[in-house]
Amino acid sequence: MPATAMEEFTITDGLMEFIHQWKDKPGNLIMILHRTQQEYGYIPRKIAMDIAKEIGVPLAKIYGVITFYHFFKLEKPGRNMVSVCMGTACYLKGAGDLIQELENLLGIGVNCTSDDGEFSIESVRCVGCCGLAPVLTVNGEVYGKVKTEQMAEIVAKHRGA
Amino acid sequence: MAKMIEATINGIDITVEEGTSILKAAQMIGINIPILCYHPDLPAWAACGICIVKIEGSPKLVRACATPIMAGQKILTHDADIVNVRREVVELILSNHPDDCLYCPRNGNCELQRLAAEFGIREQPFEKNLRDLPVDRSTPSIILDPEKCVLCGRCVKVCQGMQNVWALEFISRGDETRIAGAGDIQLSDTPCIKCGQCSAHCPVGAIYEKDDTRKVWNALQDEKKHVVVQIAPAVRVALGEAFGLEPGTIVTGKIYAALRRLGFDAIFDTNFAADLTIMEEATEFVHRFTTEGSAMPLITSCCPSWVDYLEKYYGDMIPHFSTAKSPQMMMASLVKTYYAQKKGIDPKDIYSISIMPCTAKKYEITRDQNMYSTGQQDLDVSITTREFSRMIKQAGIDFLNLPDEAPDNPLGLYTGAATIFGATGGVMEAALRTAYNMVTGEELGKVDFEMVRGLDGIKSAEIDIKGTKVRVAVAHQMGNIETVLNQIKEAKEAGKEVPYHFIEVMACRGGCIAGGGQPYGATDERRLKRIAGMYKDDVQQEIRCSHQNPYIKTIYDEFLDKPGSKKAHDLLHTHYVDRPLYQK
Repeated sequence: MPATAMEEFTITDGLMEFIHQWKDKPGNLIMILHRTQQEYGYIPRKIAMDIAKEIGVPLAKIYGVITFYHFFKLEKPGRNMVSVCMGTACYLKGAGDLIQELENLLGIGVNCTSDDGEFSIESVRCVGCCGLAPVLTVNGEVYGKVKTEQMAEIVAKHRGA
Repeated sequence: MAKMIEATINGIDITVEEGTSILKAAQMIGINIPILCYHPDLPAWAACGICIVKIEGSPKLVRACATPIMAGQKILTHDADIVNVRREVVELILSNHPDDCLYCPRNGNCELQRLAAEFGIREQPFEKNLRDLPVDRSTPSIILDPEKCVLCGRCVKVCQGMQNVWALEFISRGDETRIAGAGDIQLSDTPCIKCGQCSAHCPVGAIYEKDDTRKVWNALQDEKKHVVVQIAPAVRVALGEAFGLEPGTIVTGKIYAALRRLGFDAIFDTNFAADLTIMEEATEFVHRFTTEGSAMPLITSCCPSWVDYLEKYYGDMIPHFSTAKSPQMMMASLVKTYYAQKKGIDPKDIYSISIMPCTAKKYEITRDQNMYSTGQQDLDVSITTREFSRMIKQAGIDFLNLPDEAPDNPLGLYTGAATIFGATGGVMEAALRTAYNMVTGEELGKVDFEMVRGLDGIKSAEIDIKGTKVRVAVAHQMGNIETVLNQIKEAKEAGKEVPYHFIEVMACRGGCIAGGGQPYGATDERRLKRIAGMYKDDVQQEIRCSHQNPYIKTIYDEFLDKPGSKKAHDLLHTHYVDRPLYQK
């Protein structure tokens, strides 16, 4: 993952207050990073730099943590997050075909974001409704027993919505 | 007095201090347990697993580097099981390490290659899984090739712990783990200070110095070029190691001879410029010390890694920095002005080369416009001791049987004060020898200042110059400087008198003798031997104070006027700018 270009970001008041609350407590970095991702949807580099200064933790350490945990994102995710379940049941029921169809429709693969910023695709493990396999979610909305032919419709529904 | 405990290793009774690792305890009785991630400069952290041993009564194999030996334990360091496990560790590491040893910069001195040889690895039982990662050539000093990395973590520990630079970190996790700057940016965009300690500690060819020897060969072959060379103080007590000599052996005369055989047109010594640095820096110090309202303390500036660190981490301290250039750059300025004029050579026809213990010196030569003070690039190329040793071998020179020769003049003669620049505390001691004379007009009876010598991370002393008390501090190993600078900041903020008047800083542990470009294998034991070599060279010199160097007197009379003159400032001084930690 390349570092994203430097955006013009400043720490929001809410985040700054949170940082000050946690600054001197153990485990502060993880908490602050969680809160940051909640705020921006990912960890913008400029904000990571500002956090480094605020809490006196080297930027390299922050990136060590961000890249260690899958949860943290370095790049801005799309407005819509399409999560395709690749758990055993969904996989056997053709989740791979759904991902392929998404690639055809959006021109991007797993863990990528479309150029217009509308969609990101991720693959997830068991969503917990194997009876509906194959399953995908868009922004948390569950679609079950999905067929590749339905994909265009699902994408269209969320595009620009 | 630490508590002593008794145990046995391979049936041999030992008594060691409580807390001693099994690895160290074994070494004390001549048992070598193989190591790869462990380095005596760094805390053990049990990454590689090659040092596993058995403890009688315990079902588990433990890692000797990170396990303290306990009273009454019976340790077994070698048997068929243990050797098999160790062999498998090597095989596993090799399964994601390239096999192109013949083309590797560490061919012949790689710690992994040695282990593979010792364990008699003849085939690869595991699937080869190489990582296709880009090589980082972004700095002029060091090259990072993450494909060769064995993830031992030494470079990260050095960069973060010893040096407090934080250019490198482990990025990602599992089999995706790699060494990189914050967010996969190139090294030149990180806070990297080019000290090269990562390269000096890397067991394999994953981080190494940029090789500039081809430029030197080409210059030597070019008949139109007048090729001038200078050698740094610390090179003379370490180069011998590349030819099997003991660390600390002084080989200055053989170096001059080797340079002459390589075909250099003029052989100068950076030590001469070190004497000049002392004239300029001591003048600056005495001026500040005696002028009310001057920025105090004065901080030395001959270490380019330290300069880079200060500009990035302590921009607010720039007024305290000596404006004197490093000896390398002072020599370079003189070669293309004073020497060129004396010889009647157009400076454009001069090709100026330095041999340095340092990777950051490669960065220094183009760091800003002040390094072009002669109207062109003052120094054309800087090579490390390691590169120089390879050139001598390529040239087929029988180094050990060379006669001792002398350098060329007028830029070759040096004093004892200059040569100790190579050891931590040396610049301070040299400056004090001359500052005493500048303040009192008298000569010191005893020129040794033992209190600033040795490997303590921070050394401080109060020097009595005929009733005037001068407080000095010496810090080496970049991570140690923070304490000293914080003392200064606190005193200033509290409106108190600063604790020191003069501070010497060197980025590498032990000073330049263990610089990032020196022969591999620096440990404290070896550092102390190299340091002893520096002080031996000091007492061997007839003249031991910079201001007494006759050629120094001549160069001021003939060319520079006086220390701190306009001309000296144009050629021998520089300035600094506050730089961002991250370029990206």
